[in-house]
Amino acid sequence: MAKAVKIKKKTEEGLHDFLKSLLDKEIIKGVFILKKMDKTGAVSYSLITDPEEFKKAVPLYPYMPVNAGKALANFTLLGKAEQPIAAILRPCEIRAFVELVKRTQGDFENFLIISLTCGGVLTLKTISEPDQDKLISQYWESVKKAEVFEHTREACQFCEHFLPLNADITVAAVGKKDLDEECLLFLNTPKGEKFAQEASGSSVSEEIETEKVQQLKKKREELKEKYVQQTETGETGMKSLVNVFAPCLGCHGCSHVCPICYCTLCEFDSKTLQYNADGLSSDLKRKGGLKVPSGNLLFHLGRMTHMAVSCISCGMCSDVCPVNIPVATVFSKAGKSLQKVFDYFPGKDAEEPVPGGTYKEEEFAEIGEQ
Amino acid sequence: MNSKYKPNIIAFLCNWCSYTGADLAGTARMKIPSSIKTIRVMCSGRIDALFVLKAFLKGADGVMMMGCHPGDCHYQKGNYNTRRRYVLLDNLFKTLGLEKKRIGLWWVSASEANRYAKVTNEYTEEIKKLGPNPTSEEIFL
Repeated sequence: MAKAVKIKKKTEEGLHDFLKSLLDKEIIKGVFILKKMDKTGAVSYSLITDPEEFKKAVPLYPYMPVNAGKALANFTLLGKAEQPIAAILRPCEIRAFVELVKRTQGDFENFLIISLTCGGVLTLKTISEPDQDKLISQYWESVKKAEVFEHTREACQFCEHFLPLNADITVAAVGKKDLDEECLLFLNTPKGEKFAQEASGSSVSEEIETEKVQQLKKKREELKEKYVQQTETGETGMKSLVNVFAPCLGCHGCSHVCPICYCTLCEFDSKTLQYNADGLSSDLKRKGGLKVPSGNLLFHLGRMTHMAVSCISCGMCSDVCPVNIPVATVFSKAGKSLQKVFDYFPGKDAEEPVPGGTYKEEEFAEIGEQ
Repeated sequence: MNSKYKPNIIAFLCNWCSYTGADLAGTARMKIPSSIKTIRVMCSGRIDALFVLKAFLKGADGVMMMGCHPGDCHYQKGNYNTRRRYVLLDNLFKTLGLEKKRIGLWWVSASEANRYAKVTNEYTEEIKKLGPNPTSEEIFL
């Protein structure tokens, strides 16, 4: 059982009011939150300090225009936040932020991290659909029933880590039938408890990992098997890998939105790895044909060696892919296997070093001695 | 299998151990298969995973990474990083269903000319059995 606060209001409204009261009393100086842009349905992450402006904020809106971990790292790159800020992040966004903090790209200090038991986010393609409002209400219905909603990202549909780590406050959402009547905030840390004193609700003790949550976890694990099998790269590895990535335009969108790909100068955006004319003509002689521009698979496999071990499976890459390559599924699969080898869980602990940047002298002793 | 088939193997050798070991093997007139194309790097820690991937995708039938034995690195710890990198590549190849045997890591010290000759010959035989790398024929790369 965990400490919690119950507010007798609609979940989204309760959270909104709680944040607004923090902002009004100047306990926090700003809120990092999704803000709706007029009527188009478009949302963007914004840092809001003006209580008036805060009215347009939509916490828990089921879209991820950018991985917020990356956005937060953006303005803490040069140092910690000067004043206390509340940030509403999804579990994978917190994991992304932790991974970036680990790589000295951000700072955790002065943030009140609020997260939720996450039902996933809708694909960005649905944002311009005319019946978007209907879609969102359908989404919340499915969250209440702890079901997998078909219009959410593929990566969300098979995400089994939807209970947030490193969050100060967790909003109960998945499998909570009375989402529209009450707002339940779990207080995970003393910091969360301190801030939650401002919430106009009653203290209760509740279970965060309810039966419904476990059900969803199980459902998603099953789906993962299914999706991974669809993009199977089994016995005929090379052929099927080529097939999966064949439509790639080489826009590198997947790497630009990836929170783990933080390098300002990406090796793949430079000419370093480009094939020169000599190499191309010798290839052409041998193969009798050539994909131009070539180097697609080198890009994807190379990126995999760089970041797959830290892949937090947010699904941004698949969502922005203009030709619908299941990038997230392949990377997630590769990542999971690597994480097992190095006994690593990305986004768990900011103090834990990245596997590629550390070693143990006694590990893998049999390798190289054959 | 065509007995005349001669594989193309890229070997990255570290300057202080494996390259010197290979040199010694040459001076001692040991038989080293001509399939091995050596590239000298200052430390096996310099072997970027991308070097290996690029060689593999460009159609190399095998890629060898060689360095000093753990604990003997000229730069103290370069080869420990290499080992993790190899584990990473190896695991990636396994997950994606690529032919794992096309990449390998061997520790060869400066005095182990015999070992250098042994592993290069053995690996060449192994690659011969495996046949040419399918990427050398693949257009959509």
